[in-house]
Amino acid sequence: MNGMRKAFVLLLLCGVLAALLAGCGGGGQKSAKRELKVYNWGDYIDPEILKSFEKETGIHVIYDTFATNEDMYVKVKSGGSDYDVAIPSDYMISRLLRDGLLEKIDFSKVPNYSKIGAKYKNLDFDPKNEYSVPYMWGTVGIAYNKKMVTEPVDSWGILWDAKYAKQIFMLDSPRDSIGITLKYLGYSLNTGNEVELAVAGKKLVEQKPLVLAYLVDEAKDKMIAGEGALAVVWSGDAMFMMEKNKDIAYAIPKEGTNLWFDSMVILKGTKHKAEAEEFINYMTRPDVAKKNVEYIGYASPIPEVESKLPEDVRKNIAAYPDAELLKNAEVFNDLTENMPKYDKVWTEVKVAQ
Amino acid sequence: MGRRFLAYPYHLWTALFTVIPLALIVYFAFTDRYTAAFTLDNLRQAAQPVYLGVLWHSVWLAGVSTFLCLLAGYPMAMILAKSGVRYRRMLAMLIVVPMWMNFLLRTYAWMTLLEKNGAVNALLAFLGLPPIHILYTDYAVLLGMVYNFLPFMILPIYSVLMKMDKSLLEAAEDLGADAWTSFRRVTFPLSLPGVYAGTIMVFMPAVTTFVISRLLGGGQYMLAGNVIEQQFLAIGNWNFGSALSVLMMVLILLSMVGLSRYDKDGSGGYFL
Amino acid sequence: MMRFLRHSYTAIILGFLYLPIFILIVFSFNASKSRAVWEGFTLRWYEELLESEAILDALSYTLSVAVISSLVATVIGTLAAFAIYREMRPFERKLSMNLTYVPLLNPDIVTGISLMLLFIFVGMKLGFASLLLSHVIFNVPYVILTVLPKLRQFDRNLYDAALDLGASPAYAFRRIVLPEILPGILTGALFAFTLSVDDFVISFFTTGSGVNNLSILIYSMARRGIHPTINALSTLLFLTVLALLIAVNMKRGERKK
Repeated sequence: MNGMRKAFVLLLLCGVLAALLAGCGGGGQKSAKRELKVYNWGDYIDPEILKSFEKETGIHVIYDTFATNEDMYVKVKSGGSDYDVAIPSDYMISRLLRDGLLEKIDFSKVPNYSKIGAKYKNLDFDPKNEYSVPYMWGTVGIAYNKKMVTEPVDSWGILWDAKYAKQIFMLDSPRDSIGITLKYLGYSLNTGNEVELAVAGKKLVEQKPLVLAYLVDEAKDKMIAGEGALAVVWSGDAMFMMEKNKDIAYAIPKEGTNLWFDSMVILKGTKHKAEAEEFINYMTRPDVAKKNVEYIGYASPIPEVESKLPEDVRKNIAAYPDAELLKNAEVFNDLTENMPKYDKVWTEVKVAQ
Repeated sequence: MGRRFLAYPYHLWTALFTVIPLALIVYFAFTDRYTAAFTLDNLRQAAQPVYLGVLWHSVWLAGVSTFLCLLAGYPMAMILAKSGVRYRRMLAMLIVVPMWMNFLLRTYAWMTLLEKNGAVNALLAFLGLPPIHILYTDYAVLLGMVYNFLPFMILPIYSVLMKMDKSLLEAAEDLGADAWTSFRRVTFPLSLPGVYAGTIMVFMPAVTTFVISRLLGGGQYMLAGNVIEQQFLAIGNWNFGSALSVLMMVLILLSMVGLSRYDKDGSGGYFL
Repeated sequence: MMRFLRHSYTAIILGFLYLPIFILIVFSFNASKSRAVWEGFTLRWYEELLESEAILDALSYTLSVAVISSLVATVIGTLAAFAIYREMRPFERKLSMNLTYVPLLNPDIVTGISLMLLFIFVGMKLGFASLLLSHVIFNVPYVILTVLPKLRQFDRNLYDAALDLGASPAYAFRRIVLPEILPGILTGALFAFTLSVDDFVISFFTTGSGVNNLSILIYSMARRGIHPTINALSTLLFLTVLALLIAVNMKRGERKK
């Protein structure tokens, strides 16, 4: 038992040491330094930018990450967190706003807001531009492998084509998968109409035998590896796939799609509002935003940044689609009241054999 | 029975950290989402055939994977128990160490291994065998469950087998029992407490796992864990989610009553 | 022949357990950020790892929470198992065991959210302490479940005899019971450590700002794709543990000589 005991003692020492280190780290920050707590998606900022922000402003940033909008919402809503700035998506911003969890931004402190393109302002989730500053944006579309799909891809209908049976990846998310089906059928993806939802549900059940898997982020690697022909993906992921596999292309169907935004907001009850505004302003500064968008690989809402990017990125419809393609696109509204209807449809799709 | 200085602190511990959180969930299960008034609607909804079907599928998969873990794990536990002191401790550690790597990373690695053009099929092709397509099926989910829970079956059995009274086995041999008979009549019955513990530690978490079914099962169907997670997060209906999990808990604990009839030892009192 | 069979079976089981770990290690040297393509050998992720404060911080939290919570849970669980085995009436024991199962049976999300609500309700600030406490809470049942079978194997007359001979319960427990059930305790501690290192859902909901463990970091990367520095970290951790194991064994071997 001696060796075992030694191993345990060793582990214990490691633990105590680690705890001490962690403790010291925490203690050091308690000084009069200005600080800011930021809550963002994982790996969704260039870490260099956080460092340069700290250096330029002297504000210490405590930076945490979440996996989904809903995870973040539960933490913020329950009062179990004390973040100052968060970067949720459109519909979640409506929900936070409805729950009174957002603080108005003083835009006189965020002069760089003027750099944001006009088409990214006055959006439904923040119609008067009081609460949010866009961070990244994109679309949902179809990524396809040109070697396996030779016909033009311009409609969601291709996802129901039996030719591609067991080569299709769908999104494992009720809102997104039902949403694109609604668009395909010519309905709004924010509908609460039970008849429309039932039709969409039937359509998805019909499609199920053709689907290889319902995935979220994993579809990326599967498409790069050539494991499937078609996948419903977020535009940012499509950019990544196209970079890794030249056979992949991206299409935004003519029926319209989901246009999404991740925007910076200040959470209610913040004790560091000035620092939060400073941070938002910093992230919106064109040189910083450019560095950030290059790291993340999504699309920036700042035209000045867009114009400075290499031509192949600017021309890539996954990053910066023409206005024509977005004609029928819609942004998600918050559907809290109607979500059980979506859930019912989705559960039926999932349990269908 | 006079000395109970340990029992009370544990009751206090359970009351604080199990009963109170449980009471909270039960409260959610029996109240309306918007008005917070008492209602049975959530439970009625949870008892719909759709959800009972999901629950049944989860229990079935968890049951099969528990059985597979036992089948694969028992011999390993015996080998461990029979090995030399040095070898055995090293081996026991070696069985646990893979579990220290992040679960998500390991599951992703399995996805890579099992895909159409993945490493497993490359190996099969090299050996001249036909490729297998098990990713996104029940088989992949079972594999993921067995992979993830196997150590929880091996080690409890091993720790019970290790200090088993050897004289009993010798007695059996003296009485002319062959190896199989002495295993069946002596070793196995004596190891049952370890088997029970392992079974519970594999079965219960397996019923509610949701990442394995989402990734390796390709999200083709829902298991109890997925449904409940979806209610709590994507739908934001804690009341219905709580009702589902209360219903599941009650059904499983009740079904365990059946199992406990086989607990002839009786001294354990493992189940109601 | 038996020996050969034993060795091959062990090899098969270990092979099964280590196959994905091997893949993970290979990926840590892949120049591509995607798992799907091999773009050449690189050590870039290892370099980035050393510069990533976020990952190193999370590592230190992960280890300290895992070590402390597994030790505390082992002590609590062992004593609780003894109480269940020895000090409880049959009905009380059954009730207690069923309550012990609840954390195992509850989906993580339910445990996580209900503990979070409990902590908020009693006014406990979410952070390191609440994270640690919740890990202890979900680890205790595993320790109880691994210790109980050993207790059931133990001849309770021995303990009673010691008490009759005038030993204090604590002394009798330490000298008579503890050595007998040690394998169960060690297994329980190992499980507790393992579960703590790997937990995401409960940790996410019970931690506070500035306190992250590796699982939170890794799961939150999922939408964008897990950064290869995590593979590099896992490889290093794995090799360190393996080296420690071998070193401990070699040392013991030497002493034996």
